[in-house]
Amino acid sequence: MIDLTLLADGGMGWLDASGPASHLVLSTRIRLARNLAAYPFVGRNSDRERETILREVEAAAADTVLLRRAARFRLDRLDQGDRLLLHERHLVSRELAGLEPNGRVRYGAALLAQDRIGVMLNEEDHLRLQGLHSGFALDAAYAEVDRLDAELGSRLGFAFHPEFGYLTACPTNVGTGLRASVLIHLPGLVLTKEVTRVLQGLTQVGLTFRGLYGEGSEVVGNFFQLSNQTTLGKTEAELLDHLGKVVRQVMEYEEQARQVLLRSAPAIIEDKVWRAFGLLRYARSLSFEEAMNLLSGVRLGAGTGLVPGVSMYTLNKLLVHTQPAHLAAAEGLPLGDPALAIRRATHVRRVLEDEAGRRA
Amino acid sequence: MTCDQCHEREAIVHLTQIVDAEVTTLHLCERCAAERGVEPPTVGKSPLGSFLAAMGKELEGAALPGTVTGEACTRCGATLGNFRDTGRLGCSECWRCFEPQLRELVRRLHGSTFHVGERYVVPGDDAGSERARLGTLREQLRVAIETENFELAAELRDRLRVLE
Repeated sequence: MIDLTLLADGGMGWLDASGPASHLVLSTRIRLARNLAAYPFVGRNSDRERETILREVEAAAADTVLLRRAARFRLDRLDQGDRLLLHERHLVSRELAGLEPNGRVRYGAALLAQDRIGVMLNEEDHLRLQGLHSGFALDAAYAEVDRLDAELGSRLGFAFHPEFGYLTACPTNVGTGLRASVLIHLPGLVLTKEVTRVLQGLTQVGLTFRGLYGEGSEVVGNFFQLSNQTTLGKTEAELLDHLGKVVRQVMEYEEQARQVLLRSAPAIIEDKVWRAFGLLRYARSLSFEEAMNLLSGVRLGAGTGLVPGVSMYTLNKLLVHTQPAHLAAAEGLPLGDPALAIRRATHVRRVLEDEAGRRA
Repeated sequence: MTCDQCHEREAIVHLTQIVDAEVTTLHLCERCAAERGVEPPTVGKSPLGSFLAAMGKELEGAALPGTVTGEACTRCGATLGNFRDTGRLGCSECWRCFEPQLRELVRRLHGSTFHVGERYVVPGDDAGSERARLGTLREQLRVAIETENFELAAELRDRLRVLE
């Protein structure tokens, strides 16, 4: 089992719900795609070249302020449970962790991480610089990753084209290489059935949405990742500004939807969130999906003041620790063990009991 | 799993909803999901998937003199055919070897082909550093004018004059 204590907060500083608008926005993520000019892209290079890239970037990172103390994880040397664990913490993509259907871990796949930032190595691009902040914090998250980009860029030779900008393996990322995404909780819009209209609107303004775990993932627990679709033709500041404006609007719609629900169907909403709370508090077996959906209900209750005494921090911790790989690791059981549903319910009960005890 | 709506096609979108206090998960095929205005999270393995398939013929047709389809990148040996299959380029030199075709693709994907964001300066390239600073200032000037921040625009114009 990997030692996640190497990372401050286990790489989950964002969990503390201290960021702006954290009752709606779980986290803000920034990533920059970069490649070294000297080597072929990942799909066409050799194991040896990927090893060299890894060594070069590690040497450069050791010389930076932002990654000097970075913890290093070689994904290609970890078992599936540990790789899934890092993915569940939003520290590595499905691709890097080799979790795609029929996927395997690429030789040289690695993660360097320190505090809120890190670099995925030998992913689709040689480097994927990333930063994860609590709440809605596009500018702060970008500023940090931008500093890392400058630090690494002055020590490595990035592939850059005068017209196309930063060159990437896939043309969807070329230019700035910037993907900014905001993980937002929209139960009000789902309940009022407005969500499809809102999401449809996103695609018309150059943005896109994904599920909880990013590319290729399902929408669970009413969590949506909103992000920019295009990466070229606009400055980084313009891309962030545009996403920021739209996210603020979506937040407003969500608040309005919640007000509508509280006004027009208070009894139904109150029953729904307390029912979710009750199930979490007393259920003896919970599947991951059920837990996620119930946590979504309680989160709505906590955000609207209907369920007092449950903090966003506690809900965030439950969100992370009830995931399959986290639970399996904590309970010492293999992934997919049928007993996990029972252990999940026990874990949730204990945490909510403690929370109630603290408040009492 | 088959689609909950048409009961015919394979469900690829799984939409969790809470309706009347009931949590339900709707499993939909791509077409029924589209009818409800929900897009599948990704299209196929490569995000370019169907787009490239549709462009396949055009890429061939767009071949300019001196850029024969099937011609390989001078550095990594990748061809446009490889790109169509995988959605990924072989190396940074592919961007130069297949520049005309990629320019067209980039225009369609991003609505532009000119990178106006931060400019990279290769370490040790002082002339490049100067160019990058000019480029950044010009870009800031453009944004300042567009946003009608004329005070900042005047200051940036003066700084550009000194540097130029």
